[in-house]
Amino acid sequence: MSLWRFANPAAFMALTDRVLPALSVLTALCLAVGLAWGFFGTPHDYQQGATVKIIYLHVPAALMAINGWIMMLVASLIWVIRRHHVSALAARAAAPVGATLTLVAMVTGAFWGQPTWGTWWVWDPRLTSFFILLIFYLGYIALWEAVEDPEKAADLTAALCLIGSVFALLSRYAVLFWNQGLHQGFSLSLDPETNVADVFYYPLLVCMAGFALLFVTLVLIRTRTEILRRRLRALDLRAAHLREGAA
Amino acid sequence: MTALLRRELTLALRAGGGAPQGLVFYLIVVLLAPLGIGPDPETLARVAPGLLWVAALLACLVTLDRLFQTDWEDGTLDALTLSPVPLEAVVAIKALAHWLTTGLPLALLAPLLAVTLHLPGAAMPWLVATLFAGTPALSLLGAIGAALTLNLRRGGLLVGVLTLPLYIPTLIFGARAVANAAQGLPALPALALTAALTLAVAALAPLAAAAILRIQIR
Repeated sequence: MSLWRFANPAAFMALTDRVLPALSVLTALCLAVGLAWGFFGTPHDYQQGATVKIIYLHVPAALMAINGWIMMLVASLIWVIRRHHVSALAARAAAPVGATLTLVAMVTGAFWGQPTWGTWWVWDPRLTSFFILLIFYLGYIALWEAVEDPEKAADLTAALCLIGSVFALLSRYAVLFWNQGLHQGFSLSLDPETNVADVFYYPLLVCMAGFALLFVTLVLIRTRTEILRRRLRALDLRAAHLREGAA
Repeated sequence: MTALLRRELTLALRAGGGAPQGLVFYLIVVLLAPLGIGPDPETLARVAPGLLWVAALLACLVTLDRLFQTDWEDGTLDALTLSPVPLEAVVAIKALAHWLTTGLPLALLAPLLAVTLHLPGAAMPWLVATLFAGTPALSLLGAIGAALTLNLRRGGLLVGVLTLPLYIPTLIFGARAVANAAQGLPALPALALTAALTLAVAALAPLAAAAILRIQIR
Protein backbone atom coordinates (compact mmCIF):
# COMPACT_ATOMS: atom_id res chain seq x y z
CA MET A 1 0.00 0.00 0.00
CA SER A 2 1.32 3.40 -0.87
CA LEU A 3 0.30 7.03 -0.70
CA TRP A 4 -0.59 6.97 -4.39
CA ARG A 5 -3.62 4.80 -3.62
CA PHE A 6 -5.37 7.96 -2.46
CA ALA A 7 -4.86 9.54 -5.86
CA ASN A 8 -7.95 7.52 -6.70
CA PRO A 9 -10.88 9.88 -5.99
CA ALA A 10 -13.01 7.07 -4.55
CA ALA A 11 -10.27 6.02 -2.14
CA PHE A 12 -9.66 9.67 -1.25
CA MET A 13 -13.36 10.25 -0.56
CA ALA A 14 -13.59 7.11 1.60
CA LEU A 15 -10.49 8.03 3.61
CA THR A 16 -11.41 11.67 4.17
CA ASP A 17 -14.94 10.63 5.09
CA ARG A 18 -13.51 8.59 7.96
CA VAL A 19 -10.74 11.01 8.97
CA LEU A 20 -12.50 14.38 8.75
CA PRO A 21 -14.68 14.20 11.90
CA ALA A 22 -11.72 13.37 14.13
CA LEU A 23 -9.58 15.97 12.36
CA SER A 24 -12.22 18.67 12.81
CA VAL A 25 -12.49 17.95 16.53
CA LEU A 26 -8.71 18.00 16.92
CA THR A 27 -8.53 21.33 15.03
CA ALA A 28 -11.20 22.91 17.22
CA LEU A 29 -9.49 21.60 20.35
CA CYS A 30 -6.05 22.88 19.33
CA LEU A 31 -7.36 26.32 18.35
CA ALA A 32 -9.52 26.64 21.48
CA VAL A 33 -6.71 25.59 23.84
CA GLY A 34 -4.03 27.61 22.03
CA LEU A 35 -6.04 30.81 21.72
CA ALA A 36 -7.50 30.63 25.24
CA TRP A 37 -4.05 29.90 26.68
CA GLY A 38 -2.58 32.73 24.67
CA PHE A 39 -5.27 35.31 25.42
CA PHE A 40 -5.91 34.56 29.09
CA GLY A 41 -2.99 32.42 30.31
CA THR A 42 -0.04 34.66 29.40
CA PRO A 43 1.07 37.97 30.93
CA HIS A 44 0.98 41.26 29.06
CA ASP A 45 4.19 42.41 27.45
CA TYR A 46 5.84 45.11 29.55
CA GLN A 47 6.13 47.44 26.57
CA GLN A 48 3.33 46.44 24.23
CA GLY A 49 0.68 45.56 26.81
CA ALA A 50 -2.20 43.37 25.61
CA THR A 51 -1.44 44.10 21.92
CA VAL A 52 1.23 41.43 21.98
CA LYS A 53 -1.53 38.79 22.03
CA ILE A 54 -2.24 39.44 18.36
CA ILE A 55 0.79 37.21 17.87
CA TYR A 56 -1.43 34.13 18.41
CA LEU A 57 -3.42 34.94 15.28
CA HIS A 58 -0.85 36.79 13.25
CA VAL A 59 2.12 34.44 13.23
CA PRO A 60 0.21 31.17 12.62
CA ALA A 61 -1.82 32.80 9.82
CA ALA A 62 1.34 34.14 8.17
CA LEU A 63 3.04 30.76 8.55
CA MET A 64 0.18 28.90 6.87
CA ALA A 65 -0.21 31.58 4.18
CA ILE A 66 3.30 30.74 2.98
CA ASN A 67 3.01 26.99 3.56
CA GLY A 68 -0.30 27.03 1.70
CA TRP A 69 1.45 28.23 -1.45
CA ILE A 70 4.18 25.61 -0.99
CA MET A 71 1.49 22.93 -0.66
CA MET A 72 -0.10 24.20 -3.92
CA LEU A 73 3.30 24.05 -5.58
CA VAL A 74 3.81 20.42 -4.52
CA ALA A 75 0.27 19.47 -5.56
CA SER A 76 0.76 21.19 -8.94
CA LEU A 77 4.03 19.32 -9.46
CA ILE A 78 2.31 16.01 -8.67
CA TRP A 79 -0.41 16.88 -11.19
CA VAL A 80 2.12 17.83 -13.87
CA ILE A 81 4.26 14.74 -13.33
CA ARG A 82 1.76 12.01 -12.44
CA ARG A 83 -1.55 13.46 -13.71
CA HIS A 84 -3.56 12.68 -10.55
CA HIS A 85 -6.76 14.72 -10.70
CA VAL A 86 -7.19 14.77 -6.92
CA SER A 87 -3.85 16.57 -6.68
CA ALA A 88 -4.91 19.30 -9.12
CA LEU A 89 -8.19 19.73 -7.27
CA ALA A 90 -6.40 19.91 -3.92
CA ALA A 91 -4.25 22.75 -5.27
CA ARG A 92 -7.39 24.52 -6.47
CA ALA A 93 -9.06 23.95 -3.09
CA ALA A 94 -6.08 25.34 -1.17
CA ALA A 95 -5.87 28.68 -3.01
CA PRO A 96 -8.82 30.54 -1.42
CA VAL A 97 -7.81 29.22 2.03
CA GLY A 98 -4.26 30.47 1.50
CA ALA A 99 -5.46 33.82 0.17
CA THR A 100 -7.72 34.26 3.21
CA LEU A 101 -4.88 33.43 5.60
CA THR A 102 -2.65 35.93 3.79
CA LEU A 103 -5.34 38.56 4.26
CA VAL A 104 -5.75 37.57 7.94
CA ALA A 105 -2.00 37.95 8.47
CA MET A 106 -2.03 41.38 6.79
CA VAL A 107 -5.07 42.66 8.71
CA THR A 108 -3.91 41.40 12.12
CA GLY A 109 -0.51 42.83 11.28
CA ALA A 110 -2.11 46.22 10.62
CA PHE A 111 -3.92 46.07 13.96
CA TRP A 112 -0.63 45.21 15.62
CA GLY A 113 1.34 47.83 13.75
CA GLN A 114 -1.03 50.68 14.60
CA PRO A 115 -0.30 50.78 18.35
CA THR A 116 3.32 49.58 18.22
CA TRP A 117 4.74 51.26 15.10
CA GLY A 118 2.16 54.06 15.05
CA THR A 119 1.04 53.19 11.53
CA TRP A 120 -1.30 50.69 9.88
CA TRP A 121 1.01 49.97 7.03
CA VAL A 122 4.65 50.51 6.07
CA TRP A 123 6.37 49.44 2.86
CA ASP A 124 8.59 47.10 4.82
CA PRO A 125 10.01 44.12 2.86
CA ARG A 126 7.96 41.59 4.81
CA LEU A 127 4.67 43.46 4.44
CA THR A 128 5.31 44.09 0.78
CA SER A 129 6.11 40.41 0.17
CA PHE A 130 2.77 39.45 1.67
CA PHE A 131 1.01 41.96 -0.55
CA ILE A 132 2.73 40.34 -3.54
CA LEU A 133 1.81 36.86 -2.29
CA LEU A 134 -1.84 37.92 -2.06
CA ILE A 135 -1.76 39.11 -5.69
CA PHE A 136 -0.29 35.77 -6.78
CA TYR A 137 -3.06 33.91 -4.91
CA LEU A 138 -5.75 36.09 -6.53
CA GLY A 139 -4.30 35.61 -10.02
CA TYR A 140 -4.20 31.85 -9.50
CA ILE A 141 -7.82 31.75 -8.34
CA ALA A 142 -8.93 33.99 -11.21
CA LEU A 143 -7.25 31.76 -13.80
CA TRP A 144 -9.01 28.65 -12.41
CA GLU A 145 -12.33 30.47 -12.67
CA ALA A 146 -11.69 31.75 -16.20
CA VAL A 147 -10.83 28.49 -18.01
CA GLU A 148 -13.80 26.26 -18.76
CA ASP A 149 -12.22 22.94 -19.71
CA PRO A 150 -11.18 21.40 -16.36
CA GLU A 151 -8.09 19.58 -17.62
CA LYS A 152 -6.79 22.64 -19.45
CA ALA A 153 -7.53 24.77 -16.37
CA ALA A 154 -5.51 22.35 -14.22
CA ASP A 155 -2.57 22.46 -16.65
CA LEU A 156 -2.57 26.24 -17.01
CA THR A 157 -2.90 26.92 -13.29
CA ALA A 158 -0.14 24.41 -12.54
CA ALA A 159 2.12 26.27 -14.98
CA LEU A 160 1.17 29.56 -13.32
CA CYS A 161 1.89 28.11 -9.88
CA LEU A 162 5.37 26.93 -10.92
CA ILE A 163 6.28 30.22 -12.61
CA GLY A 164 4.63 32.23 -9.84
CA SER A 165 6.66 30.39 -7.19
CA VAL A 166 9.91 31.42 -8.86
CA PHE A 167 8.82 35.04 -9.11
CA ALA A 168 7.28 35.20 -5.64
CA LEU A 169 10.63 34.06 -4.23
CA LEU A 170 12.54 36.43 -6.52
CA SER A 171 10.31 39.33 -5.48
CA ARG A 172 10.84 38.45 -1.82
CA TYR A 173 14.57 39.13 -2.16
CA ALA A 174 14.25 41.91 -4.74
CA VAL A 175 12.09 43.76 -2.22
CA LEU A 176 14.91 43.60 0.35
CA PHE A 177 17.13 45.32 -2.18
CA TRP A 178 14.53 47.99 -2.85
CA ASN A 179 13.94 48.81 0.78
CA GLN A 180 17.61 49.00 1.76
CA GLY A 181 18.08 51.64 -0.90
CA LEU A 182 14.98 53.59 0.10
CA HIS A 183 15.36 53.91 3.86
CA GLN A 184 16.83 51.99 6.78
CA GLY A 185 15.11 48.79 7.82
CA PHE A 186 12.76 48.80 10.76
CA SER A 187 14.35 47.76 14.03
CA LEU A 188 11.11 46.09 15.04
CA SER A 189 11.08 42.54 13.82
CA LEU A 190 8.02 40.43 13.13
CA ASP A 191 10.15 37.37 13.76
CA PRO A 192 9.09 35.81 17.10
CA GLU A 193 12.07 33.47 17.46
CA THR A 194 14.55 36.24 18.26
CA ASN A 195 12.89 37.72 21.32
CA VAL A 196 9.89 35.72 22.42
CA ALA A 197 9.98 34.15 25.90
CA ASP A 198 8.83 30.62 26.67
CA VAL A 199 5.63 31.87 28.32
CA PHE A 200 4.51 33.17 24.95
CA TYR A 201 6.25 30.49 22.91
CA TYR A 202 4.34 27.36 24.03
CA PRO A 203 0.80 28.68 23.47
CA LEU A 204 2.07 30.04 20.15
CA LEU A 205 3.20 26.54 19.16
CA VAL A 206 -0.26 25.17 19.97
CA CYS A 207 -1.84 27.93 17.88
CA MET A 208 0.48 27.15 14.97
CA ALA A 209 -0.52 23.48 15.18
CA GLY A 210 -4.16 24.59 15.32
CA PHE A 211 -3.82 26.75 12.20
CA ALA A 212 -1.98 23.97 10.36
CA LEU A 213 -4.76 21.53 11.25
CA LEU A 214 -7.36 24.13 10.25
CA PHE A 215 -5.67 24.51 6.87
CA VAL A 216 -5.56 20.74 6.30
CA THR A 217 -9.19 20.31 7.37
CA LEU A 218 -10.46 23.12 5.16
CA VAL A 219 -8.45 21.95 2.18
CA LEU A 220 -9.73 18.38 2.56
CA ILE A 221 -13.34 19.59 2.80
CA ARG A 222 -12.90 21.86 -0.21
CA THR A 223 -11.18 19.11 -2.20
CA ARG A 224 -14.14 16.83 -1.50
CA THR A 225 -16.45 19.57 -2.77
CA GLU A 226 -14.35 19.94 -5.92
CA ILE A 227 -14.49 16.18 -6.53
CA LEU A 228 -18.26 16.16 -6.06
CA ARG A 229 -18.58 19.14 -8.39
CA ARG A 230 -16.48 17.32 -10.99
CA ARG A 231 -18.76 14.27 -10.67
CA LEU A 232 -21.85 16.43 -11.07
CA ARG A 233 -20.36 17.93 -14.20
CA ALA A 234 -19.70 14.45 -15.58
CA LEU A 235 -23.30 13.41 -14.83
CA ASP A 236 -24.62 16.59 -16.49
CA LEU A 237 -22.54 15.96 -19.59
CA ARG A 238 -23.69 12.34 -19.75
CA ALA A 239 -27.34 13.36 -19.37
CA ALA A 240 -26.99 15.95 -22.12
CA HIS A 241 -25.32 13.35 -24.31
CA LEU A 242 -28.14 10.85 -23.72
CA ARG A 243 -30.77 13.50 -24.49
CA GLU A 244 -29.03 14.27 -27.75
CA GLY A 245 -28.88 10.56 -28.59
CA ALA A 246 -32.62 10.19 -27.94
CA ALA A 247 -33.52 13.24 -30.03
CA MET B 1 13.07 32.38 -38.74
CA THR B 2 14.10 35.74 -40.21
CA ALA B 3 11.01 35.47 -42.40
CA LEU B 4 8.90 35.08 -39.28
CA LEU B 5 10.58 38.08 -37.65
CA ARG B 6 10.02 40.15 -40.80
CA ARG B 7 6.36 39.07 -40.88
CA GLU B 8 5.85 40.02 -37.22
CA LEU B 9 7.45 43.43 -37.69
CA THR B 10 5.51 44.15 -40.88
CA LEU B 11 2.23 43.23 -39.22
CA ALA B 12 3.01 45.40 -36.21
CA LEU B 13 4.10 48.45 -38.22
CA ARG B 14 1.35 48.43 -40.87
CA ALA B 15 -1.76 50.48 -40.22
CA GLY B 16 -3.84 48.91 -37.47
CA GLY B 17 -0.91 46.77 -36.38
CA GLY B 18 -0.81 48.42 -33.02
CA ALA B 19 2.90 49.19 -32.71
CA PRO B 20 2.36 52.91 -31.87
CA GLN B 21 -0.20 51.89 -29.24
CA GLY B 22 2.36 51.31 -26.50
CA LEU B 23 4.23 54.53 -27.20
CA VAL B 24 1.11 56.66 -27.22
CA PHE B 25 -0.03 55.00 -24.01
CA TYR B 26 3.38 55.77 -22.48
CA LEU B 27 3.02 59.42 -23.49
CA ILE B 28 -0.43 59.66 -21.95
CA VAL B 29 0.57 58.09 -18.61
CA VAL B 30 3.57 60.42 -18.31
CA LEU B 31 1.33 63.39 -19.21
CA LEU B 32 -1.31 62.41 -16.65
CA ALA B 33 1.07 61.91 -13.74
CA PRO B 34 2.19 65.57 -13.31
CA LEU B 35 -1.43 66.63 -13.73
CA GLY B 36 -2.29 64.41 -10.78
CA ILE B 37 0.83 65.02 -8.68
CA GLY B 38 1.25 68.75 -9.30
CA PRO B 39 3.89 70.71 -11.22
CA ASP B 40 6.48 71.09 -8.41
CA PRO B 41 9.83 70.29 -10.11
CA GLU B 42 11.42 68.76 -7.00
CA THR B 43 8.55 66.34 -6.37
CA LEU B 44 8.46 65.37 -10.04
CA ALA B 45 12.20 64.76 -10.12
CA ARG B 46 11.87 62.47 -7.12
CA VAL B 47 9.06 60.35 -8.55
CA ALA B 48 10.38 60.43 -12.15
CA PRO B 49 12.44 57.17 -12.09
CA GLY B 50 9.60 55.10 -10.66
CA LEU B 51 7.00 56.81 -12.78
CA LEU B 52 8.87 56.31 -16.04
CA TRP B 53 9.37 52.64 -15.17
CA VAL B 54 5.79 51.94 -14.05
CA ALA B 55 4.54 53.64 -17.23
CA ALA B 56 6.85 51.35 -19.24
CA LEU B 57 5.33 48.27 -17.58
CA LEU B 58 1.82 49.46 -18.39
CA ALA B 59 2.69 50.39 -21.97
CA CYS B 60 4.13 46.91 -22.42
CA LEU B 61 1.06 45.34 -20.87
CA VAL B 62 -1.52 47.05 -23.09
CA THR B 63 0.18 45.75 -26.23
CA LEU B 64 0.42 42.12 -25.13
CA ASP B 65 -2.91 41.04 -26.62
CA ARG B 66 -1.53 41.22 -30.17
CA LEU B 67 1.29 38.80 -29.30
CA PHE B 68 -0.67 35.57 -29.86
CA GLN B 69 -4.38 36.40 -29.98
CA THR B 70 -4.79 37.31 -33.67
CA ASP B 71 -2.56 34.42 -34.76
CA TRP B 72 -4.67 32.09 -32.63
CA GLU B 73 -7.92 33.41 -34.12
CA ASP B 74 -6.95 33.00 -37.77
CA GLY B 75 -5.17 29.67 -37.25
CA THR B 76 -1.65 30.94 -37.93
CA LEU B 77 -0.56 29.66 -34.54
CA ASP B 78 -1.59 26.11 -35.46
CA ALA B 79 0.38 26.42 -38.70
CA LEU B 80 3.39 27.70 -36.77
CA THR B 81 3.33 24.72 -34.38
CA LEU B 82 3.48 22.41 -37.41
CA SER B 83 6.37 24.33 -39.00
CA PRO B 84 9.95 23.02 -38.66
CA VAL B 85 10.81 25.98 -36.41
CA PRO B 86 10.45 24.89 -32.77
CA LEU B 87 7.63 26.57 -30.88
CA GLU B 88 10.14 27.93 -28.35
CA ALA B 89 11.88 29.82 -31.17
CA VAL B 90 8.54 31.11 -32.44
CA VAL B 91 7.81 32.49 -28.98
CA ALA B 92 11.27 34.05 -28.71
CA ILE B 93 10.93 35.72 -32.13
CA LYS B 94 7.46 37.01 -31.37
CA ALA B 95 8.73 38.45 -28.07
CA LEU B 96 11.69 39.99 -29.92
CA ALA B 97 9.37 41.61 -32.45
CA HIS B 98 7.20 42.86 -29.60
CA TRP B 99 10.24 44.37 -27.91
CA LEU B 100 11.50 46.00 -31.13
CA THR B 101 8.13 47.71 -31.60
CA THR B 102 7.41 48.53 -27.92
CA GLY B 103 10.35 48.39 -25.51
CA LEU B 104 13.07 49.75 -27.78
CA PRO B 105 11.22 52.90 -29.02
CA LEU B 106 10.08 53.42 -25.46
CA ALA B 107 13.67 53.39 -24.17
CA LEU B 108 14.64 55.92 -26.83
CA LEU B 109 11.65 58.17 -26.10
CA ALA B 110 12.07 58.06 -22.31
CA PRO B 111 14.82 60.77 -22.01
CA LEU B 112 12.56 63.30 -23.75
CA LEU B 113 9.80 62.62 -21.24
CA ALA B 114 12.33 62.57 -18.40
CA VAL B 115 13.30 66.16 -19.29
CA THR B 116 9.69 67.23 -18.76
CA LEU B 117 9.81 65.54 -15.35
CA HIS B 118 13.06 67.35 -14.39
CA LEU B 119 15.06 64.14 -13.98
CA PRO B 120 18.72 65.16 -13.32
CA GLY B 121 20.87 64.97 -16.45
CA ALA B 122 23.29 62.55 -14.79
CA ALA B 123 20.52 59.95 -14.58
CA MET B 124 19.58 60.13 -18.30
CA PRO B 125 22.10 57.58 -19.62
CA TRP B 126 21.09 55.23 -16.80
CA LEU B 127 17.43 55.61 -17.66
CA VAL B 128 18.06 54.59 -21.27
CA ALA B 129 20.44 51.81 -20.17
CA THR B 130 18.02 50.26 -17.66
CA LEU B 131 15.07 50.45 -20.04
CA PHE B 132 17.24 48.97 -22.77
CA ALA B 133 18.34 46.16 -20.42
CA GLY B 134 15.01 45.61 -18.68
CA THR B 135 12.26 45.92 -21.27
CA PRO B 136 13.19 42.69 -23.14
CA ALA B 137 12.27 40.84 -19.94
CA LEU B 138 8.90 42.58 -19.98
CA SER B 139 8.16 41.33 -23.51
CA LEU B 140 9.33 37.80 -22.68
CA LEU B 141 7.36 37.57 -19.42
CA GLY B 142 4.44 39.12 -21.26
CA ALA B 143 4.58 36.16 -23.65
CA ILE B 144 3.93 33.89 -20.65
CA GLY B 145 0.97 36.02 -19.54
CA ALA B 146 -0.41 36.26 -23.08
CA ALA B 147 -0.09 32.50 -23.53
CA LEU B 148 -1.87 31.80 -20.24
CA THR B 149 -4.82 34.05 -21.08
CA LEU B 150 -5.10 33.07 -24.75
CA ASN B 151 -8.71 32.93 -25.93
CA LEU B 152 -10.26 33.53 -22.51
CA ARG B 153 -13.35 35.57 -21.92
CA ARG B 154 -12.26 38.58 -19.86
CA GLY B 155 -8.71 37.67 -20.86
CA GLY B 156 -7.79 41.34 -21.19
CA LEU B 157 -8.30 41.89 -17.49
CA LEU B 158 -6.67 38.65 -16.44
CA VAL B 159 -3.49 39.23 -18.43
CA GLY B 160 -2.70 42.20 -16.18
CA VAL B 161 -3.39 40.30 -12.97
CA LEU B 162 -1.14 37.45 -14.08
CA THR B 163 1.65 39.40 -15.79
CA LEU B 164 2.22 42.45 -13.59
CA PRO B 165 3.40 40.44 -10.52
CA LEU B 166 6.05 38.85 -12.75
CA TYR B 167 7.29 42.37 -13.58
CA ILE B 168 8.00 43.27 -9.94
CA PRO B 169 11.71 42.29 -9.78
CA THR B 170 12.51 44.04 -13.08
CA LEU B 171 10.68 47.16 -11.91
CA ILE B 172 12.51 47.22 -8.57
CA PHE B 173 16.00 46.86 -10.05
CA GLY B 174 15.40 49.11 -13.05
CA ALA B 175 13.82 52.00 -11.16
CA ARG B 176 16.41 51.64 -8.37
CA ALA B 177 19.31 52.12 -10.77
CA VAL B 178 17.80 55.32 -12.19
CA ALA B 179 16.91 56.67 -8.73
CA ASN B 180 20.42 55.94 -7.45
CA ALA B 181 21.96 57.71 -10.41
CA ALA B 182 19.68 60.71 -9.84
CA GLN B 183 20.89 60.92 -6.23
CA GLY B 184 24.53 60.48 -7.17
CA LEU B 185 24.74 56.95 -5.74
CA PRO B 186 26.30 53.99 -7.56
CA ALA B 187 23.79 52.71 -10.11
CA LEU B 188 25.78 49.94 -11.74
CA PRO B 189 24.80 47.07 -9.36
CA ALA B 190 21.09 47.60 -9.95
CA LEU B 191 21.65 47.88 -13.71
CA ALA B 192 23.67 44.66 -13.64
CA LEU B 193 20.86 42.89 -11.77
CA THR B 194 18.31 44.18 -14.31
CA ALA B 195 20.41 42.81 -17.13
CA ALA B 196 21.00 39.51 -15.32
CA LEU B 197 17.27 39.10 -14.82
CA THR B 198 16.63 39.76 -18.51
CA LEU B 199 19.22 37.17 -19.52
CA ALA B 200 17.74 34.53 -17.20
CA VAL B 201 14.25 35.31 -18.43
CA ALA B 202 15.42 35.18 -22.06
CA ALA B 203 16.76 31.68 -21.44
CA LEU B 204 13.73 30.29 -19.62
CA ALA B 205 10.59 32.23 -20.57
CA PRO B 206 10.38 30.92 -24.18
CA LEU B 207 10.39 27.36 -22.81
CA ALA B 208 7.60 28.18 -20.34
CA ALA B 209 5.48 30.13 -22.82
CA ALA B 210 5.86 27.41 -25.48
CA ALA B 211 4.82 24.72 -22.96
CA ILE B 212 1.74 26.80 -22.10
CA LEU B 213 0.90 27.30 -25.80
CA ARG B 214 1.08 23.53 -26.33
CA ILE B 215 -1.48 23.10 -23.53
CA GLN B 216 -3.69 25.73 -25.18
CA ILE B 217 -3.47 24.19 -28.65
CA ARG B 218 -3.94 20.58 -27.56
